[in-house]
Amino acid sequence: MSDPVLNVAPGGAWRRSPIGFQASLGRLTLPKAAFRRMATPIGLLLAWQGASSLGWLPARIIPAPLTVLEAARDLLLSGALIHNLTVSLLRVVVGLCIAIVLGTILALASGLSRLGEDLIDPPLQMARTLPFLALVPLFILWFGIGETPKVALVALGATFPIYLNLFAGIRGADPKLVEVAATLGLSRSGLIRHVILPAALPNFLTGLRYAIGIAWLSLVVGEQINADSGIGYLMMDARDFLRTDIIMVGLAVYALLGLASDQAVRGLERTALAWRPAVRLGR
Amino acid sequence: MSVSLQQARAGQITPPAPAQDTQVRGLIRRFGPTAVLDGLNLDIPAGSFIALLGRSGSGKTTLLRTLAGLDTAEQGDVILPPRRAVVFQEPRLMPWKRVWENVALGLPEGDARDKAEQALREVELSHRMDAWPLTLSGGEAQRAGLARALVRDPDLLLLDEPFAALDALTRLRMQALVASLWARHGMAALLVTHDVDEALLLADHAVVLQRGQIGMQLRIDLPRPRRHGSPEFAALRTQLLASLGLSAEEAA
Repeated sequence: MSDPVLNVAPGGAWRRSPIGFQASLGRLTLPKAAFRRMATPIGLLLAWQGASSLGWLPARIIPAPLTVLEAARDLLLSGALIHNLTVSLLRVVVGLCIAIVLGTILALASGLSRLGEDLIDPPLQMARTLPFLALVPLFILWFGIGETPKVALVALGATFPIYLNLFAGIRGADPKLVEVAATLGLSRSGLIRHVILPAALPNFLTGLRYAIGIAWLSLVVGEQINADSGIGYLMMDARDFLRTDIIMVGLAVYALLGLASDQAVRGLERTALAWRPAVRLGR
Repeated sequence: MSVSLQQARAGQITPPAPAQDTQVRGLIRRFGPTAVLDGLNLDIPAGSFIALLGRSGSGKTTLLRTLAGLDTAEQGDVILPPRRAVVFQEPRLMPWKRVWENVALGLPEGDARDKAEQALREVELSHRMDAWPLTLSGGEAQRAGLARALVRDPDLLLLDEPFAALDALTRLRMQALVASLWARHGMAALLVTHDVDEALLLADHAVVLQRGQIGMQLRIDLPRPRRHGSPEFAALRTQLLASLGLSAEEAA
């Protein structure tokens, strides 16, 4: 939860708006509300630990939270966690970068010209209806079992949300503002830079958030097939030795990575979309 | 030396320097079978203030959009001064640019910020120059729109019902502001409005659009600054309302 007070506009005018008042009221009651929202997860965790300690939950099915913590510590100390985490992170980052570049180029070409749309949009719309994870067997045949198929899977899955959202954003730019640009004598490149792209930025960031979710999903699938490193490999390896505690560590790491990347995009939104009152209030 | 519309739109042809007058000859614009502008002629001499009145659907906005280069007529000749600027009914600011960046948009970089600040000072908004447009009030946003037009130092200022969405008090202040800016800068102005009082307050010619042509031209020879309620004002008001098909009692 961001601190809305940190995000006051230079003029401070929003404080007078009713929404601003709501936000500061919401902040006053926040600690209590946050505590209440934490109560259920903590209670469940305690109940889980209790059930495991009493022997109601066999470790073969699900390990106790403390056992999972111990496994995490061991993996950290041995360096296995950091090594595999780095490998996984790199796959996602590289795949995402490819997706962002590819999705942006396609969306610009398709969003800014009718010809581009006619050439690019139909195949992409067709391809996106395909469950792309079904391409894994083909990718292994094409790219072997190294890094390439995993990165390619991430890149492929993440390209579609970037493309679709940015395309919609470009086409959704307010025609009234486009008219203003014409009366101000902006060139076509000026129009794209000052009007169309900023107008599409919120959509792009929405697409980026979807893309990140899909990237992690693709990684999980990619790493469970023919991998010799990465968080997914760590979990598959643990399965062979019935180490449910290590599997749980892997799950927790995936969850934390997903959360962290989502927070990163939110941070990006707060900076890049500071002009939107709704964003300035934080969520 | 008339300029065809297509060329005027593309902005490639600039009339010779002394000709800052705007001339419209035989303008025809159809939407479907009905001609909204049907052989319209209009002169806007340099430095004059013309109010364009007419019932809704009479083609006021179409004419203004043609002069702004946003609409293409089927037929007719238009001579335009080189620099035009438009103020729309809605402020139409880019919400992702700070107020001064909106004003400076399209200006050559360098002293753009200084120019924007000066224009904002003229509309008494320089204290909000770094604000985001969505934090401005309706009147402030419209003043920013006015500054964005002023900063281009236009020969012809096109105003498309710029005060229609403002509350009564803000509207009066904005009208006074426009009157003083026009007096100071001496550009020609075309004000599209449905408000007879506004036309009488600001313009030195009121022009009524009827059946796609200029139906009536009324010279408004009142001393400035003008006030509502003088006998001359009331007489002109009755005359204008009559040409719009209304009696003074109906409009009151």
